Amino acid sequence: MEHVPNEHGRFGDFGGKFVPETLMLPLEEIETELDKALADESFRQEYIRILQHYSGRPTPLTFAPNLTRQLGGAKIYLKREDLNHTGAHKINNAIGQALLAKRMGKKKLIAETGAGQHGVAAATVAAHFGMECIVFMGEEDMKRQELNVFRMKLLGAEVVPVLSGNRTLKDATNEAIRYWVAHCDDHFYMIGSVVGPHPYPKMVREFQRVIGDEAKEQFLAGEGTLPDVIVACVGGGSNAIGMFYPFLQDDVRLVGVEAAGKGIDTPHHAATIAKGTKGVIHGAMTYLLQDEYGQIIEPYSISAGLDYPGVGPEHAYLASIGRVRYESVTDEEAVAAFQLLAQTEGIIPAIESAHAVAKAVELARQMTPDETVLICLSGRGDKDVQMMMHHLGVKEGEDVASAR
Amino acid sequence: MRLPVNRSLFIPFIVAGDPSADLTVDLALALQDAGADVLELGVPYSDPLADGPTIQRAAARALAGQMTLPKAIQLVADMRKKGVKIPIIIFTYYNPVLQLGEESFFALAQENGADGVLIPDLPFEESGPLLELSERFGLPLISLVAPTSKQRIEQIASAAQGFLYCVSSLGVTGVRETLPESLGHFLGEVKRHSRVPVVVGFGISTPEQVAMLKDACDGVVVGSALVQKIEQLLERLQTLEEKNAAIAEFASYARSLAAPLREPCSSR
Repeated sequence: MEHVPNEHGRFGDFGGKFVPETLMLPLEEIETELDKALADESFRQEYIRILQHYSGRPTPLTFAPNLTRQLGGAKIYLKREDLNHTGAHKINNAIGQALLAKRMGKKKLIAETGAGQHGVAAATVAAHFGMECIVFMGEEDMKRQELNVFRMKLLGAEVVPVLSGNRTLKDATNEAIRYWVAHCDDHFYMIGSVVGPHPYPKMVREFQRVIGDEAKEQFLAGEGTLPDVIVACVGGGSNAIGMFYPFLQDDVRLVGVEAAGKGIDTPHHAATIAKGTKGVIHGAMTYLLQDEYGQIIEPYSISAGLDYPGVGPEHAYLASIGRVRYESVTDEEAVAAFQLLAQTEGIIPAIESAHAVAKAVELARQMTPDETVLICLSGRGDKDVQMMMHHLGVKEGEDVASAR
Repeated sequence: MRLPVNRSLFIPFIVAGDPSADLTVDLALALQDAGADVLELGVPYSDPLADGPTIQRAAARALAGQMTLPKAIQLVADMRKKGVKIPIIIFTYYNPVLQLGEESFFALAQENGADGVLIPDLPFEESGPLLELSERFGLPLISLVAPTSKQRIEQIASAAQGFLYCVSSLGVTGVRETLPESLGHFLGEVKRHSRVPVVVGFGISTPEQVAMLKDACDGVVVGSALVQKIEQLLERLQTLEEKNAAIAEFASYARSLAAPLREPCSSR
């Protein structure tokens, strides 16, 4: 496999920098400083130190004995990104980018958020590093994730409602980029996933690969070998790249799971790799959901974190060369997996991560007990409990297990 | 692209299909009558990253009326039939071009009588394949420079075709009350490196601003201010009895913005 991205920010045909001229210099500045920082041992140590002492890394690798027994197939392990400070893997990247911003002398952060997890992570690191933070969030998502909106405000961030488009993540990202174009002289744009123009997909990968690096070491230490299959959910795809990247050269089956919403043969899904075509979104060449005239189509998923019409360009590349297999899971399958993991292991996953759990369950069933499946449990489900109550139609006093 | 010489260029921008295909042709004619030297015909896009709220709303109106990139290009032929003679630049984001096919895009633009193309999210570094097509079809690919371009100015300006579009200040398109003080210096720097006319746009919305910029550049682009005017006139434009009066009002507004460019040269 060739070394990606190349100096033009390309992962094969994908990636690049398709942005207004105003942003070319800021991107070049970030690229230069990122390369210096990644080569600087003291930067690395500071990053690791904060991950350990502030976010609680390394996160555990947890064997799931009850789920494994119930399925009667491969042994299932969970990489517990849900145990990070703020409840998801998003903090890994936020810490890395905040350190880079600090290194560049920028004290104002811009972030976009869908479910609010990246927004909360950005607001958290802003508070930690004494920076200002402005978060763009679709008005529709603000309604769906009221608690996270309050959380961000509590942390001192300004949350700007986005009223354009469908008022979800895509539109929040547009607005964050527009704000950045106007304020690039003194603001740092902290993207939450492996999307956007070069060097963002590379930068976010470098700040998320700690997931896979740790998992590899922990798995080898515990099992004496590598897992047979690794499964991770893919919206933009940052937890998946973080998990997959250190295993790309190994003999391990890698499976990315997209949101099939109400089914990939309906118009209501977010399965970008399965159903999308090549094009440019948010500054990168990748697969995206679009009509025949190149207008971007609004995606749908029960999960606000997977509800994105594009996908990280490195995933598009890994799909195109066949290194990672991308599959999809519907809302209903994810909801069932959400309940299953809660009831078998006492772990409530984020609805995003539940998509990975659903696919892993399906795969593990077809495997033998001497084989292993590793799931990237990217976040915890506290944020989804209220939505799930409505979704399952649970009434007060009713038994949750009997609902539906 | 044939541009008038010894004359400051007035380059209006409107969105194809805002509020309808037919009215876009009428408005183009009105702009020509008002003294436009070049027309920038914007193609509506679902996710216009370089545009502020005014043009976003215009794009949404046009998309609601089923406007597409091929239809927008075909409007150029309609404009030619109705007597629009000034050069017309197709202003479109990159993704619709990719879906139409880059070569088909240039072929269609040429066939329909367009004179150039401008793609605001295609920076110099990514423009290689399109530059080749632009040369083959004889349709200049208009470049942009921004206040952040700095050391990139020389490279972009020396390769510029048609005219060179300077972004006045940081930010997306939209009316601005003030323009940065450093603008004059920036324009001077760009003019030093450019072999083609240097025009300035983004935020220019009043005759006073046009007058102030006149001597520092070779022309101005006015977009959001005109689109805002169309927005104000929406209802009248779409009412049979009021349409002609509304178009006349639009033309007179455009003429007022161009007027400072037509006053005799102040000492250079």
